[in-house]
Parts: sequence; C-alpha cells; structure tokens
Amino acid sequence: MSTLRYTEEHEWIRVDGDTATIGISPYAQEQLGDVVFVDLPQPGKKVEKGKEVAVVESVKAASEVYAPASGEVVAVNGDLSTEPAKVNSDPLGAGWFVKMKLANKAELDGLMDQAAYDAYVKGLH
Amino acid sequence: MTSSAPSADLKTTPLHALHRALGAKMVPFAGYDMPVQYPAGILAEHLHTRAAVGLFDVSHMGQLRLSGANPARALETLVPADIVSLAPMRQRYTQFTDENGGILDDLMVTNAGDHLFLVVNADCKDADLAHLKAKLPAGVTMTPLPDQALLALQGPKAAAVLARFAPEAAAMTFMSAATLTLDGVACFVTRSGYTGEDGYEISIPAEKVEAFARRLLDQPEVKPIGLGARDSLRLEAGLCLYGHDIDTTTSPVEADLVWSIGKRRRAEGGFPGAARIQRELKEGTGRKRVGILPEGRAPVRDGTELIAGGRAIGKVTSGGFGPSLGGPVAMGYVETGMAKIGQSLEAMVRGKALPARVAALPFVKTNYYRG
Repeated sequence: MSTLRYTEEHEWIRVDGDTATIGISPYAQEQLGDVVFVDLPQPGKKVEKGKEVAVVESVKAASEVYAPASGEVVAVNGDLSTEPAKVNSDPLGAGWFVKMKLANKAELDGLMDQAAYDAYVKGLH
Repeated sequence: MTSSAPSADLKTTPLHALHRALGAKMVPFAGYDMPVQYPAGILAEHLHTRAAVGLFDVSHMGQLRLSGANPARALETLVPADIVSLAPMRQRYTQFTDENGGILDDLMVTNAGDHLFLVVNADCKDADLAHLKAKLPAGVTMTPLPDQALLALQGPKAAAVLARFAPEAAAMTFMSAATLTLDGVACFVTRSGYTGEDGYEISIPAEKVEAFARRLLDQPEVKPIGLGARDSLRLEAGLCLYGHDIDTTTSPVEADLVWSIGKRRRAEGGFPGAARIQRELKEGTGRKRVGILPEGRAPVRDGTELIAGGRAIGKVTSGGFGPSLGGPVAMGYVETGMAKIGQSLEAMVRGKALPARVAALPFVKTNYYRG
C-alpha cells in the first residue's frame, strides 16, 4: 500500500511508480460541504507545484485545488462530472481528481505524512 | 484549498447555544455568529424544507415598531409601497429608497392595528434605524425590538405543525398576521417567509425562544436549517438578497420589483427617488434583473460577467447550485434588450464562456397559502 502525503492546503498525493494521484482530504471535503461540481484540467496540462490544478465547487463556494507537486496531468476522474458527491463520500478513493506524471519526486519531501497531517488538522480547531 | 478564519467579536442570537448543541457549523454573517449548516448539510436541509418543514433562526434581522400619529402615512415618505391602504393584520414587502431611487434596504411591513411592525435586514438595521430616526415626523415613535427573537418555520407541512400549538394558524393566509399563543407565549406571527414555501415568521420574546424552538424541533417533520440552505431556497424562489441583487445602485424598477409599488404611489410619488422611479415606470430601464439558467453543471457565481455577441451585457448578482433543480441557478442584471425569457448568453467562468439562457423566475414554483 502506497503512502499518502498532504499539503497544508489539504490536498493529498499518492505515488505509485512514476504516477501520482491527487485529491482533497476528508477534512477538506467536510469543510466544503456538499460538492456539486469539479472543474478538472485537460490531460496533457503541465502544472507547477502550488499552482491551481482543479477547482472544486460546493453549494456555497468555489475553491481552488493546488498541485502538491509539479508534473503533467495524465488522467482526470471523469466520474466526478456526473457524480461530484464522490468527493464527499470517498475523498481518498473514488473521489480522486487527477493523475500526474511527476517532474521531480524530491518535491514530495516537504509534504506532511499522515501523522503530521493529523496533528496539523487537530491544531486548526 | 484554504481554511476560513475563526470568528471573533461577533454578536450572537438567543439560539446560539442551541445551534452549537445541534452541531451547527457557525460562520460570521452580518456581524453575527450564525449557523451556515447543521450536520445534515445544505443539500439535505434545502430538500427537507421543500418536502417537510425547516426551522430557521432569523433573530439577527431587525424588528421594530412604528407607532403614534399615522405611522403608515409617515412610512410612505420613505418607501414606494402603499402602506396607508394596508388592512389591519396584513403584511407587505417594500424597500427603503434613497433620493436617487436606489435601494437602501428591503423590508416587510405589517399593519399590527395600533402600530406598524417592520422586519429589516441584519446588515442594514443600524442604518435603517438612523434613517428612520432622521426622517420620521415628530409624532411617530420608532421602537427597536432587540429583545424579540425571530423564527422562520418554512415548508409544505409548516401549517400542520404550527396548528398543533395554535389551531388558528392553519387558517391564516399568505401575508397575513396574528397574535398567537404558542406554548403559552404570546407571539406575533405572519404567514410569510423567504423560501418560496408556505410558512410562518414568528416573533417571540428572546428568553422564550429556545424552549419553543426545541418544541418545534421535537415535531417529526421539523429539522433545523442553516443560512446556506436559506440562500439556495431564496435563490430558487427568485427572491432578492440585499447587498447582492439589490443595493443603492439598483432601482426597484431595474430589480423587477414594480409589483411591490402601489398603483396610487406610482401616480402620486412622494417617496425618495420618486422622480427616477416614475420615469423608469414610464420609459423603462436600460437593464433588468432576470433569472439565468446555466446549461452545464458548473455553478455561475455572484460577480460573473455575462456576454452575448462578444460583448459584456450584464453581471450575475446571485448564483450557485439549486438543490431542487439539481443544477446551477443564478440571477443578475442584463441589458433590457437581452432580458427576454430564452435569450442565449454566455457566463465567463474562470476564463471559459459557458452557455446559459435567461429564464423565468421563480425557478421553483412558489407554494404560498392563499386560502
């Protein structure tokens, strides 16, 4: 099982070989509330670490999702176009946003592991 | 993703502790720490209100009383509605206008017999009180009612629920008022609300509101509803939100609120900005508030530019997701020539031109009880 790493902006990234999957954390989906739309990029789009890779819209508002690492988008989760609520029901699984081919795996070193992220979220309350 | 800052220095309503106990997510709104949603979430709360009954805490809104020498005549110097002809225990929607014909606030006015009862927006209430104080004639007394809480009970089963406490509630018609004894407490009740559904607004002494709110929540049809669903419900109902759809830059005619201006008032004038409003009634306006139905699934939010034929023709003033429609809904202002139902236009969302069309308001059929 591959490990998850998190950003301070509540994105997660999971690396399998050269490809990484990106989504938002259970905490993030809970803060957003009901997700009603996800604006996903076109495959082939190159994204820099910390820049917008997608936009998630809840009933209330639109929020940017930032890339946890640089790379090229190789796949997007098309299921979200008809079932955006998967982001709420399964944020770490079926609610993933994009898959990326990473440009520089060393960028992951600065991200939080599960324990660090859990402590970080706890500190937000 | 970014997190919101914690709230500080905010006012609270008498139901604050109950909101916390019910697990509400609290947000700052109009200077108050208010429930935006409860654990059920905005979608479920919205749909519950359309199907059964939602209980809203609207105690942040301003309640006040005008009494003394002919308060209806005095109020007509500040609003374009016909208040003098308002029958006892009847309610009417109107706006405070300014000298330019812009809207200072929108409000509900009830003829309570020996006085007028007003409900104004939370964000505007201090300014409204100052405005009234400065403009009302000496013989009219304005009394703010800060010790009164306000509940909105909304939904198709609201009448059945309230009739358990006071059977006469069921016979009240839309926009009528009554003093009802609810759970042993004298309450001033109007059959109105701001969701497009049948329902009531209940003015109740602050110290009695929590006990009564709990009694209402004990009824199987009733669930607590936050400001998130209140906003999506009023948007689907095509109702204006002050500060978004109407403000000092919009006139009641542009805002398509002509129905709220009495026939006599249109002819006679005598309210702030009457010259502009009477001219607009005769000659029309350059822009108009309309419903906008985006064709895709992407919500089109407040501030979004609307274009047609390659040029800007208007702007969205309220927009989001309509849970009852299962898709995005919006409203905003467009050039009058583009205001016809069915008119195609495009909404510029994150640099993309998304197809949309002008649609009739309300998006969801209203369910008022007219007797």
